[in-house]
Amino acid sequence: MGLLEAIILSVIAASTPLLLAAAGELVVERSGVLNLGVEGMMIMGAACGFAGAWFTGSTFLGALCGIAAGAALSCVFALLTLGLAVNQVAAGLALTILGVGLSGLIGAGFVGEKISPAPNLYIPLLTSIPFIGRILFGQDLFVYFSVALVAAIWWFLYRTRAGLVLRAVGDSHTSAHALGYPVLKIRMFAVLFGGGCAGLGGAFLPLAYTPFFIPGMTAGRGWIALALVVFSSWLPGRLAAGAYLFGAVTILQLHAQAFGLGIPSQLMSSLPYLATVVVLVLISRARGTAGSAAPASLGMVFVPDR
Amino acid sequence: MHEASPPPGPQKEPLLQAIDITKRYGTFAANDSVSIDLFPAEIHALLGENGAGKSTLVKVMYGLVQPTLGELRWQGQKVVLAGPSQARELGIGMVFQHFSLFDNLTVAENVALGLDGKETFAAMSARLAQVSQDYGLPLDPKREVWRLSVGERQRIEIVRALMQNPKLLILDEPTAVLTPNEADQLFIVLNRLKSEGRALLYISHKLDEVKRLCDTATILRGGKKVATCNPKEETAASLARMMVGADIGEVKAGSARATTVPRLVVNSLSLAPDDPHGTHLQSVSIEVKGGEILGIAGVAGNGQDEFFAALSGERLSHAEGSVIIDGKSAGQLSITERRRLGAAFVPEERLGHGTAPRMKLSENALLTGHAASHMVNRGFVDKPATLATVDRTTKTFDVRKAKRDPEAASLSGGNLQKFIVGREILREPGVLVVSQPTWGVDAGAAAVIRQALLDLSGRGTAVLVISQDLDELAEIADRIAVMFHGHLSEPIEAALATREKLGLLMGGSSAGQSAGQKEASHAAGA
Repeated sequence: MGLLEAIILSVIAASTPLLLAAAGELVVERSGVLNLGVEGMMIMGAACGFAGAWFTGSTFLGALCGIAAGAALSCVFALLTLGLAVNQVAAGLALTILGVGLSGLIGAGFVGEKISPAPNLYIPLLTSIPFIGRILFGQDLFVYFSVALVAAIWWFLYRTRAGLVLRAVGDSHTSAHALGYPVLKIRMFAVLFGGGCAGLGGAFLPLAYTPFFIPGMTAGRGWIALALVVFSSWLPGRLAAGAYLFGAVTILQLHAQAFGLGIPSQLMSSLPYLATVVVLVLISRARGTAGSAAPASLGMVFVPDR
Repeated sequence: MHEASPPPGPQKEPLLQAIDITKRYGTFAANDSVSIDLFPAEIHALLGENGAGKSTLVKVMYGLVQPTLGELRWQGQKVVLAGPSQARELGIGMVFQHFSLFDNLTVAENVALGLDGKETFAAMSARLAQVSQDYGLPLDPKREVWRLSVGERQRIEIVRALMQNPKLLILDEPTAVLTPNEADQLFIVLNRLKSEGRALLYISHKLDEVKRLCDTATILRGGKKVATCNPKEETAASLARMMVGADIGEVKAGSARATTVPRLVVNSLSLAPDDPHGTHLQSVSIEVKGGEILGIAGVAGNGQDEFFAALSGERLSHAEGSVIIDGKSAGQLSITERRRLGAAFVPEERLGHGTAPRMKLSENALLTGHAASHMVNRGFVDKPATLATVDRTTKTFDVRKAKRDPEAASLSGGNLQKFIVGREILREPGVLVVSQPTWGVDAGAAAVIRQALLDLSGRGTAVLVISQDLDELAEIADRIAVMFHGHLSEPIEAALATREKLGLLMGGSSAGQSAGQKEASHAAGA
């Protein structure tokens, strides 16, 4: 296996959790809700996903546990922000703190345990094609699922009526309400979907990336996923591109460290986060000329008058 | 004499009857036992001041609000509307005052959202093109709404309602945002809908329109129905009396106000907008003399907000001399420094811009008066002085409030506006810039405010009024200029500024040209 092939394989692996979590958050934000709790839902997905897989011995059931954990945590968020009209930023931050703490508690007994990682696809002949074989036909199912998920979200948003309604709710909840659409219900489903995706993105880490659990193993990926949604201007295609770009930055800094460039490793490790900040600044500067891409009702509390 | 006179026309069965509708929010009754009958092939006006309960009543009819008491009958049958989609199924369409549109979606998508989704998007788009052509309401289905003018946006609302082929169409203040010409075009469409046998409910407080267009009028005041009448047999004054419940004092200008030297001068002011959907100010020049009221007309969103911000100092201009207050260059001075030069500003938005909603009136008085009104003593707030300002404003401008010093948000729109305008006038400014002084204010308060502006200019102040209300400008302004796409027209003497002339300028037909040039270009084109 050549170096380039190895790099591409590891980039894909590093990008997949970002893509899963960001795709879910994109749908949430398109419905007009800003859930800053992605990091908390991811780490809960990681802890519960590992626990599920450890008890059942099945990666698939583990992944389902991860999804359920993320969705359950997002339920708390939905109750607060949609049911009780709490400020979304505050509730999202609280959700992350809750998720990080709770996952440490749940995962405490599993630290040091090992499971067998998710198997990679193997198709005779195809997987053996030099270079592209492993990249295209030799990944684990999470990777294929994440790509299919983004394609499905694009199709949903732009080709179905339900997707149109979801975008409409995010653009103007007052208009949507005036036309008779159940704004809070639609947002509720979006938030749950986003929670499930974040949970799955988190579960990917102990189930496929590294076959063990350590507290705090998401290491800020939830925040990068949030930045990715802004980076993508809320467009699924750009989201995928952005996720792989950030995955590449993460991996390349590791390789750069291995080469011994004489740059402190701490500085190199901070590269993905620095890239996040730079991208956010560039995007907010570009917005002045390109018109606003954000859903117009993003982050605003809605209380229907009845 | 106006009570319960029978509706005109043959004895038809009413299409929709609202019977004794009452809607309470807590102890407040937005509608108190209101009954109204709507007939096919009839334009029925719903008249009333802001807060009279018009919007609540139509929301009940469209299923958006559930009545506390009372019932609706559709073609004689009792119905309970659980939501707008049920109202649409019956054949009730609605055009909202605050458009229920989605700025980042296309025209076709917006229309699709107002329908029930039983046809494919392609079939719907084709029908949209057909309907918009049939009624002479041209629309480009692929354009995003934020790119469209207000008139075009309203067309989407109307076409969307028409695509459901409604038997009853409700229009909530449809002309509030239109130029006079656009309004005329709308009336043609409405008359056609009437001739097709549809019932129309037309909400407005513009009496001339109602007299021109409507067959029947129901008048609400304070949530109660006061009369049903034929508006064509009434005078504007008698309709207004029913709406307000009292005669409205006429506004009078002081005798022979001497216009003196220019006190506010704007020199080729150009400014890029700070938000992507804003308007670019294009070399705006104007002079306002002491003792004069200059009106700025125009459809909202043509640069008035940017112009106000540049005058008040919320945004600085590039050249010092582009704004001159009493002979001093102020283009790059802050708001406070401009106030020290004797200028005062009243923005359009009462809550959040003109006042901090959750702060007391005395604190709000201090917010604009701290620099030049002796309410601060060596860095400490002189609380008695701020309260005295509130008391003076209250007394002079008849501000009605529950206690001496309530929160700004607790006042009604009209009373808060009287407070804000009064607060600035009592400082006896040399220059007053005021935007939409009576927007959403009841007729009584509007008369007080307009009179106060006239009196102020009579004392030698230069007053600049930005307003969308042509009637208001005709009443108080000495000269009127029109803003269109960031250009400001040459001012016209108010006596010569007919609605037609202003309407053309508001539609941009000769923006930036003087009357002579316009005639010349017409001659050249002919």
